[in-house]
Amino acid sequence: MLSNYLPVLIFLIVGGGIGAVMIIAGFVLAPHKPDSEKTSPYECGFEAFEDSRMKFDVRYYLVAILFILFDLEIAFLFPWAVVLDKIGYFGFWAMVIFLGILVVGFIYEWKKGALEWE
Amino acid sequence: MFDFITETALFKEYEVYIMTTIYVLVIMIPLFVAVAYTTWLERKVIGAMQVRIGPRNVGFRGLLQPWADMFKLIFKEIILPSGANKVLFVIAPVITLASAVAAWAVIPFDAEKVLSKVNAGLLYVLAVTSVGVYGVIIAGWASNSKYALLGAMRSAAQIVAYEIAMGFALVGVLMAAGSMNLGEIVLAQKGTNGLLDWYWLPLLPLFLVYFISGVAETNRAPFDVAEGESEIVAGFHVEYSGMTFAVFFLAEYANMILISALASIMFLGGWLSPFEGVHNFLWLGIDMHALTAWVPGMAWFFAKIFIFIFLYLWFRATFPRYRYDQIMRLGWKVFIPITIVWILVVGFMVLGEVSPWWGATA
Repeated sequence: MLSNYLPVLIFLIVGGGIGAVMIIAGFVLAPHKPDSEKTSPYECGFEAFEDSRMKFDVRYYLVAILFILFDLEIAFLFPWAVVLDKIGYFGFWAMVIFLGILVVGFIYEWKKGALEWE
Repeated sequence: MFDFITETALFKEYEVYIMTTIYVLVIMIPLFVAVAYTTWLERKVIGAMQVRIGPRNVGFRGLLQPWADMFKLIFKEIILPSGANKVLFVIAPVITLASAVAAWAVIPFDAEKVLSKVNAGLLYVLAVTSVGVYGVIIAGWASNSKYALLGAMRSAAQIVAYEIAMGFALVGVLMAAGSMNLGEIVLAQKGTNGLLDWYWLPLLPLFLVYFISGVAETNRAPFDVAEGESEIVAGFHVEYSGMTFAVFFLAEYANMILISALASIMFLGGWLSPFEGVHNFLWLGIDMHALTAWVPGMAWFFAKIFIFIFLYLWFRATFPRYRYDQIMRLGWKVFIPITIVWILVVGFMVLGEVSPWWGATA
């Protein structure tokens, strides 16, 4: 059973390995002559104005929270979906109630304007 | 032929590992060649759509162009920006590439041609493709550049928004097929009506949502605000050059092919022939099932992938870039409600045994 996952592990290692080898090849084969103009952050030809790690919009944070909620919901839906034809209408309505609660929260977010990007 | 290797004690001890690594390379090397020629195809197709010729000088009809590009990039300097977190800066493209290729471990190419038949295949695919967003975020953060950070924030918010729509679409497929094993999902679409038995028909809204979300997930036009050349120059990879850039580029195209392959498996019947069980084509008495029986399943699978790749290129040549607020509105306010409603519809269809997909006859 678990031996099925061995190719998956090797695939991950080989995939990462090929990426690493390519980048190492780039470092080995390419010239390397840094100077301060070349390595300064790109800002359309200007000197950098301020710190690059600047403040960003709080809405990105809201989207991240919403994502966690809904992704968890999907994680709950996955096993339910696989056995749906065995658990019948009882299981179906149980999940509809669960989904309904989350949809109420989603509608609240929508009405509060958390999804607006003008 | 390789007896002198296979007879050694060292080989016998690690046989499983060595053979698996060879199989992995048998999948991965053609994948990278396919990626290279997708870039060639993109330039040719978009060229034709814009009444240009596209690459034509390197090799016959420009067929060696991808290799020329690759060798050029190998010999370009890799610039490490002065304020960058150097380790993260170099690791980010590797993470993106690894997550883009790792999902291929569970893709079934034919009835028996699959590297690992894991039962949680679809869950694995969802998990491993989600890791790609880390590469984008880390790249944007480690670059120490405003444009890179802006691109990374945009890209991350967009990817997670469409990931939800995509996840819900997958739930619909799971309900229909009753299995997370990709091979069994394909077999569940086998019937006597050929391509009408595939899930694109009963799950049509989910199919459209899945593929459009896939385009958004891979940051391709018309959802490419993460790069947005005209606004934030190149987004998260503005500071990348040489091979580090090439790895991001490879990952983007590998992801495109992956999304196309998954869409073929879940909605277009994977390796199944479109004439499966069609013995009386259009009531004309033509036995298409027997006529096309010689075509290997893999050929159908690759043909289906090609259709989706072509759609990707067609979209890029046709649609102007969406505004960011339009993208978020489409993801949150259109796709997620559609998928939730259709999950309920699929639930009723599965429990009510709607023919021909879930009836006793199917």
